[in-house]
Amino acid sequence: MIKNNQSDQENIEQLQKITKKLSRQIIEITTRAGSGHPSSSLSAIEIMVALYLGGIMNYRPDEPGWPDRDRFILSKGHAAPGLYAVLAEAGYFDPEMLLTLREIGSPLEGHPNMRVLPGVEASTGSLGQGLSIGLGHALAARVDGRDFQVYVMIGDGETNQGQVWEAAMTAAKYRVSNLTAILDYNKFQQTGSVNHVMPTLEPLVEKWMAFGWHTTEINGHVFDDIFSAIRNAQATDNRPHIIIAHTLKGHGLSPFEKDDVNRKHGKPLTEEEKAQALEELEAYSYDQKITSFEQRPNPNIEPPERRQ
Amino acid sequence: MDIGKKIGLTYGPPTRNAFGNALKEVGAQNQNLVVVDGDVGNSTRTQYFRDEFPDRFFNVGIAESNLIGTASGLWASGKDVLAASFACFLLCNAYDQIRMSIAFPQANIKLMGSHSGISIGEDGPSQMAIEDIALATALPNFTVIVPADAPSTKAATHAMFDREGPVYLRTGRPKVPVLYDENLDFNIGEAIQVRDGSDISIIACGLMVAIALEAAHTLSEEGIDARVIDMHTVKPLDTDAIVKAATDTGAIVTAEEHVLEGGLGAGVAHVVARHKPVPMGFVGIDNTYAESGKPEELLAKYGLMPEDIVQKVRGTLKKK
Repeated sequence: MIKNNQSDQENIEQLQKITKKLSRQIIEITTRAGSGHPSSSLSAIEIMVALYLGGIMNYRPDEPGWPDRDRFILSKGHAAPGLYAVLAEAGYFDPEMLLTLREIGSPLEGHPNMRVLPGVEASTGSLGQGLSIGLGHALAARVDGRDFQVYVMIGDGETNQGQVWEAAMTAAKYRVSNLTAILDYNKFQQTGSVNHVMPTLEPLVEKWMAFGWHTTEINGHVFDDIFSAIRNAQATDNRPHIIIAHTLKGHGLSPFEKDDVNRKHGKPLTEEEKAQALEELEAYSYDQKITSFEQRPNPNIEPPERRQ
Repeated sequence: MDIGKKIGLTYGPPTRNAFGNALKEVGAQNQNLVVVDGDVGNSTRTQYFRDEFPDRFFNVGIAESNLIGTASGLWASGKDVLAASFACFLLCNAYDQIRMSIAFPQANIKLMGSHSGISIGEDGPSQMAIEDIALATALPNFTVIVPADAPSTKAATHAMFDREGPVYLRTGRPKVPVLYDENLDFNIGEAIQVRDGSDISIIACGLMVAIALEAAHTLSEEGIDARVIDMHTVKPLDTDAIVKAATDTGAIVTAEEHVLEGGLGAGVAHVVARHKPVPMGFVGIDNTYAESGKPEELLAKYGLMPEDIVQKVRGTLKKK
């Protein structure tokens, strides 16, 4: 449940500051590691910050297995640097450890490993699996009569996976209203734009509605939007929820934006690009709405041209 | 089927039925147990549990990937979980999910695959799991159990819930001969010697244990004294029993209702090569898919009948 007054302007300004700090960490630790997925982490950062640090989720860093905790599953496991930055800020481990990302022996593996890092709820990195796992948690709450929320972040490209739709169908069958998926709609996957790789992903909102989900569409970089979507979801009974969050892969920072193919998917910034990105991040103002919301492809898309 | 009748074996229920009944018993003892079904509960016999405990039973539809993911989430929130489907769909369709959501996190989830092997008969090769043991044993930290009859399946079902970590239990569709009485001493990882012998050891699992017993009877008429070992746990293998068999009898033939690659025979050969090299022979499905037919016709055509074991024993003994 949402605590306190998250839409309170002071709180939001504080979260924006934290987001900038964690975004900087994401860029720094991936460049330092020489690999990783900074742009995929940056598209999802406000959402994870809102959930963990904005008072939405109940959890106890000193008791990671607390049975009544709310769960967050990063199904798009390649955004691990973002999750790690948030977990460190939330108190699960010393932020100094972020510097060991992807090093041998470090619990901060390339993709999240629940066995080695407390706070990680599922081992992910093979796409498509997190929503089913979230469904299992949500059903466990029902069987045990517990009142916790389950949040699952999925990627847009990830919904190419059939298992996502298996889980979508089943979650609606069981009417698990304590399950909220958040789709990081950053419009790019590994080899190109979502619209190029899978033009039939749209109409996306209509698909989820047809599967029986309570569906909200937001700007995933705007805290007010995120909080009102979560509040809206929790006020709606009897159905699972999905928040389709329009985001920018790389948060609109120019070193990522320059890459028209996939926004530097799976590539860290060079030292030079890093300096540029950090400078832009510093100057970035939340008053300017950065979103690709308006770029949403026409939901009434014509059938794509036949491909060779 | 007539296998084992000439040596006086009587037929009991299919191993899947024994599993289903035992699962219901476990469910009565353990209120924390939940069962996830891929819409084949009437075939896998998880419906016996569903009928008793509907609130702890989830049918996620014909969606094995989702079956495993849901099971993993239930486990991660503290439930004891059994997930079941046909062995081929469970292992083959959901292999990556089993790998990522069960094996990798070492989840305490029990899997049951029914309709294993070619003895399912008429439904044909799309429904026949002949690679599942290889797939399951390849997974780090997995335990793989292939019981031979109804009483040992009941015991195995109870035993696997007492064991921490992932377990794959493999059962079959047809009625099979009964080898044990109800209070057998069954321990995961401890093979059962069902017949002593000094000339050769036949190490088998599942339905092939009964077939091996009939083969041993035929061999005894030729003056060949064969030991028969029920290696119900294919992972971890009972290394001591294998080394003892190699030492005592000097030759080993394995028999399994599975392809020759990556199954019981390959595992036993690994142990034999490391600890006590002796001549070996292998009875199994040889690099092919089967077809529709009556179970016994298929077992004959694909080389899994008692006479196939007898022949393999004769050939192996020549290498001694």
